[in-house]
Amino acid sequence: MKSEFRRADYVAVKGGETAILNSYQLLAEQRRGDHALPELSVPQIQQQLKLAVDRVMNEGSVYDSELAALAIKQASGDLVEAIFLLRAYRATLPRLGTSKPLHTERMQLDRRVSATFKDLPGGQVLGPTYDYTQRLLDFTLLAQGESAVPAVKPNAPVVMSESSFTPRVVDLLNDEGLIETRPIPPGDPAPVDLTREPLRFPAVRSTRLQNLARGDEGFLLAMAYSTQRGYAHSHPFVGEVRLGSVELEIEPEELGFAISIGDLEITECEMVNQFAGSKTEPPQFTRGYGLAFGHCERKAMAMSLVDRALRADELGESIESPAQMQEFVLSHSDSLEASGFVQHLKLPHYVDFQSELELIRKMRAATEVTP
Amino acid sequence: MNAPMKTENLTPATHGEDDVQSHFNFAYLDERTKRMIRRAILKAVAIPGYQVPFGSREMPLPYGWGTGGIQVTASVIGPDDVLKIIDQGSDDTVNAVNIRRFFQRTTGVATTTRTVDATLIQTRHRIPEIPLAEGQVIVYQVPVPEPMQRLEPRETETRTLHGLAEYGLMHVKLYEDIARYGHIATTYDYPVLVNDRYIMAPSPIPKFDNPKMHMNPALQLFGAGREKRIYAVPPYTSVESLGFEDHPFEVQRWDAACALCGATDSFLDEVITDDAGTRMHVCSDSDYCQSRQAVEPGAQA
Repeated sequence: MKSEFRRADYVAVKGGETAILNSYQLLAEQRRGDHALPELSVPQIQQQLKLAVDRVMNEGSVYDSELAALAIKQASGDLVEAIFLLRAYRATLPRLGTSKPLHTERMQLDRRVSATFKDLPGGQVLGPTYDYTQRLLDFTLLAQGESAVPAVKPNAPVVMSESSFTPRVVDLLNDEGLIETRPIPPGDPAPVDLTREPLRFPAVRSTRLQNLARGDEGFLLAMAYSTQRGYAHSHPFVGEVRLGSVELEIEPEELGFAISIGDLEITECEMVNQFAGSKTEPPQFTRGYGLAFGHCERKAMAMSLVDRALRADELGESIESPAQMQEFVLSHSDSLEASGFVQHLKLPHYVDFQSELELIRKMRAATEVTP
Repeated sequence: MNAPMKTENLTPATHGEDDVQSHFNFAYLDERTKRMIRRAILKAVAIPGYQVPFGSREMPLPYGWGTGGIQVTASVIGPDDVLKIIDQGSDDTVNAVNIRRFFQRTTGVATTTRTVDATLIQTRHRIPEIPLAEGQVIVYQVPVPEPMQRLEPRETETRTLHGLAEYGLMHVKLYEDIARYGHIATTYDYPVLVNDRYIMAPSPIPKFDNPKMHMNPALQLFGAGREKRIYAVPPYTSVESLGFEDHPFEVQRWDAACALCGATDSFLDEVITDDAGTRMHVCSDSDYCQSRQAVEPGAQA
């Protein structure tokens, strides 16, 4: 039935501002949930949702677990939204300086796993990992009880490394000359900072690594996975994955020597890949590198596989698969860019759609005339 | 390296609605970032239609929702500006409201819905119907700055094509439209040649608006935040919509007039008014429509 709508009744949609303010209110209520339950505190998130906090610190590019936890709380646990909040916060912060390169061989290890050698200097350290948990829901947690897992005995061999220096697997291989070396280029040029300068192609490796470090974990995971399924084969081995704390040093110009400004918890992955050699290079192992704030093994490993795939050009391999294509990978890795542009389709497109309506009608009219 | 700079004369305005202005710099961006963006704008003005890469920042609004336009506006806005924000021609759509509110909160400048009163207009997908004047600045929000991206997604390639002014790809695309449909099947974001040199994406304005860009007395700035590009059309610059001698560029025409103000010269949106699919046409430019209704009250009632 036709409603009694006359053109005099039509008014352009108004009241957008009230609707927006009301949506804030509804969002706040949704975030808080049932008031009968105690409100989640930021320190609780910081302490008890560590892996979520670590992911937000990584892709948010800010090493601050309190701010990351705050972002997670504010975003109701939507990590991509939390990453957005943290990135928007950091965008206008001043840059005070550049750190010295990290010495990850001096890392205080919490975990260190190599898939290439059964035993090696510094040893294998299992540390905290879900790897060998049997994925059974633990209903004692549901009952707010203590988990049945026995507490770690003091002096138990969880951390076997006592020395403050644990050489990296790639350095051990390097002693035999079997793996490529990446010496610091002459003059040690400052890397491009993608947060200050736009990404340009072709991008050098340090720029690519910065992009991947900020890249969406899910995207990198899928890209890395594709290299294992025939889209750019790279014969990867985990040289090692290590997790632990490492000293961060800066060297202020006026001082002339390095000072430590604190410790970072990081995950580092060195992937070792077969390389058949080229006209200029003998057969040797090549490397893919992954580094992440906090405990993010999936991210660091995926990053190292994608890093290696993106070196196809430099190593003279043919570029056939998406993971090898710089423009494909680096232009689509950022969750903020991807999420924003996909979701902008929610915005009004009346004008463009109107134009397309006219076009489709015109095309249909043309085909009806000439059947 | 990027420490905030002191802003001497930019005292926060008084009619902000909350305390945002005491926590953030005028127009949100720090002054060094603004300076970087202004340099990109100057370069863009000097090379009309050329896409200048710039260090786009993460803004507190999502990429794809106008962050490029917002950064350009934030870099050129001053306390004496009068700001108008439109989306789809209207000042009242939620995204326009949200961006206007952002600038009200961070600058406190006066805002208007009237095209003639504005010194600075940020727009998504339309150019106002009322001709712009000298001294006005219009900032377009751009989703995809590269006009050939759908034909060649690699920026390394399109950059070379622009460098060589090698635009055969685009002309072949338009020709194939004609061969297939008998006419050019592009209705918005219709490619233009600026200053007889660069092919440029006018942003997704309907091609109806393209002729307004040509020799426009206002400064036209384009910001693409996600793609990190700024480009510009300086005042009184030639902007030619691509076409062929036997298939010249043409704009949309309607059989209908605006049901509210009777305009026959404006871009009309179709509005579905009941369950039976009855339609009416109304001006997409709400200010144009309202000012016509004010002059001739009840003209069409």
